[in-house]
Amino acid sequence: MTQTEIDSPDAKRPGLTRRQIYEAQVRRRSMAIAAGSTAAVLLALVVLIPLAPGWEGVKKSFFNADVFARTFPGLLEAFLLDVAIFAWSAPLIFLLGLCIALCRDARSPALYPLRLFGTLYTDIFRGVPVILVIYLIGFGIPGLGLPRPWNSPYIWGTVALVLTYAAYVAEVLRSGIESIHHSQRAAAASLGLGHSDTMRFVILPQAIRRVVPANMNLFVALQKDVALLSFIGPVEIFRQAGVYKSLLANFTPYVGAALIFLAVTVPATRYADYLMNKQARARS
Amino acid sequence: MATLDLKGVTKSFGRNTVCSGIDLTVGDGEMVCLIGASGSGKSTLLRCMNLLEPIDDGVILLDGVDISVPGLDPQPVRQRIGIVFQSFNLFPHMTAVENAMLAPRRVHKLTREALLPEITHLFERFGLADRMDHYPDQLSGGQQQRVAIVRALAMKPEIMLFDEITSALDPELVGEVLDVLRHLRRAGMTMVLATHEMGFARELADKVCFLDKGVILEEGPPEKLFTDPKEDRTRAFLARVL
Repeated sequence: MTQTEIDSPDAKRPGLTRRQIYEAQVRRRSMAIAAGSTAAVLLALVVLIPLAPGWEGVKKSFFNADVFARTFPGLLEAFLLDVAIFAWSAPLIFLLGLCIALCRDARSPALYPLRLFGTLYTDIFRGVPVILVIYLIGFGIPGLGLPRPWNSPYIWGTVALVLTYAAYVAEVLRSGIESIHHSQRAAAASLGLGHSDTMRFVILPQAIRRVVPANMNLFVALQKDVALLSFIGPVEIFRQAGVYKSLLANFTPYVGAALIFLAVTVPATRYADYLMNKQARARS
Repeated sequence: MATLDLKGVTKSFGRNTVCSGIDLTVGDGEMVCLIGASGSGKSTLLRCMNLLEPIDDGVILLDGVDISVPGLDPQPVRQRIGIVFQSFNLFPHMTAVENAMLAPRRVHKLTREALLPEITHLFERFGLADRMDHYPDQLSGGQQQRVAIVRALAMKPEIMLFDEITSALDPELVGEVLDVLRHLRRAGMTMVLATHEMGFARELADKVCFLDKGVILEEGPPEKLFTDPKEDRTRAFLARVL
């Protein structure tokens, strides 16, 4: 057998190796199977769900086009409040999380109280459901009889979110700090750099970059949890949807609200995944 | 002027004694090479010299001053004794020139502008003029190691320690790093090297020390130690590596 025969048995596609032809076949076959099975599942859903006895009722109260059109603009407007709360909470969360992470990394004995504080803090705020923290702080602190504007649910709701999420961000940052190889600290020390300079210029810039994807995931979760503040007063999208529901005796506004959340969180999650994949590729 | 005197230096990690009672004198402008099998204590000894590892017993004198006092602030000492590692340990998020400027900026409180002429000169001297703004992962191993040497020199150390700095390099890149060392040698830098480059040690060292199981088994000028070793184990080691 000559070399040409081995390399391209497929006479119609010269220039391809046996391996490439085989892989192209496998790829075509898997795509066909994936498309077929997806179509089958979709078809089943479309055919089967309307067969359920309550479908007509559900369609009317959850997927009412008329209600959707009337309430959607109002929901979008209310969502701006969610975005605003997110926008001012996120930087505060990052800063507090960074402080807590640094507390937990403190090594000198004089700073032991800080370290203990950091540990207790993350234990407590990761251990309590967000909604409980929001209730306790959002109702408890204004209950002290603070004057306006210091009794605002915006302030204390934000505080509750910041306190809770900072604990998670702190843990993510700490894992980032610990993932930096000790030889980096040795190199910095060998140049005569002190602890704080080493942390600020050598360790943190690398650690923060490394945990960007993990923090992105946390901030996607935060964007959703902003809706929990509705329980202590602010009329944000979830609350607004509730108002429409009572007004129109229809659940469609909730579906509208869900769609609005998805429009923000899905791209953000995809982006976080993309960053994480990029990082994984860079490291391998 | 810089001399380093080690007297009875002992260092253990747990039950594992890595250096046991090492005496060594490094005179001003001298180049001392530490040779020996891996695990013989060369690297640990170097790390002890600039206080990256605290020693358990013995004393280290820098210009006659004890720098191994427990509890002494190591930073001023490390500014006087630079070290270059086998694995480069450049800061990956900084360009080559930023790597070199960080410590002088923070420790000596100098501005970038004030440092630039001098640092540029160092980069030029070691053939890195066009690599100053590259990040470490855009450089070859040999270039990275030369940047690491520039970074250590930027602190104007009086003594330089080199911890097997060519061991992680591809063979064709070893030469360019050794050239840098030759350069420093001519400039009169006091140097201590842990090395597997026997030819290089033979060519340039004032003194070669053979370490075995944490002690200096034999030391002497290279022509003597390489051609007429006294100890059997030195002879066996040299037979393996030469």
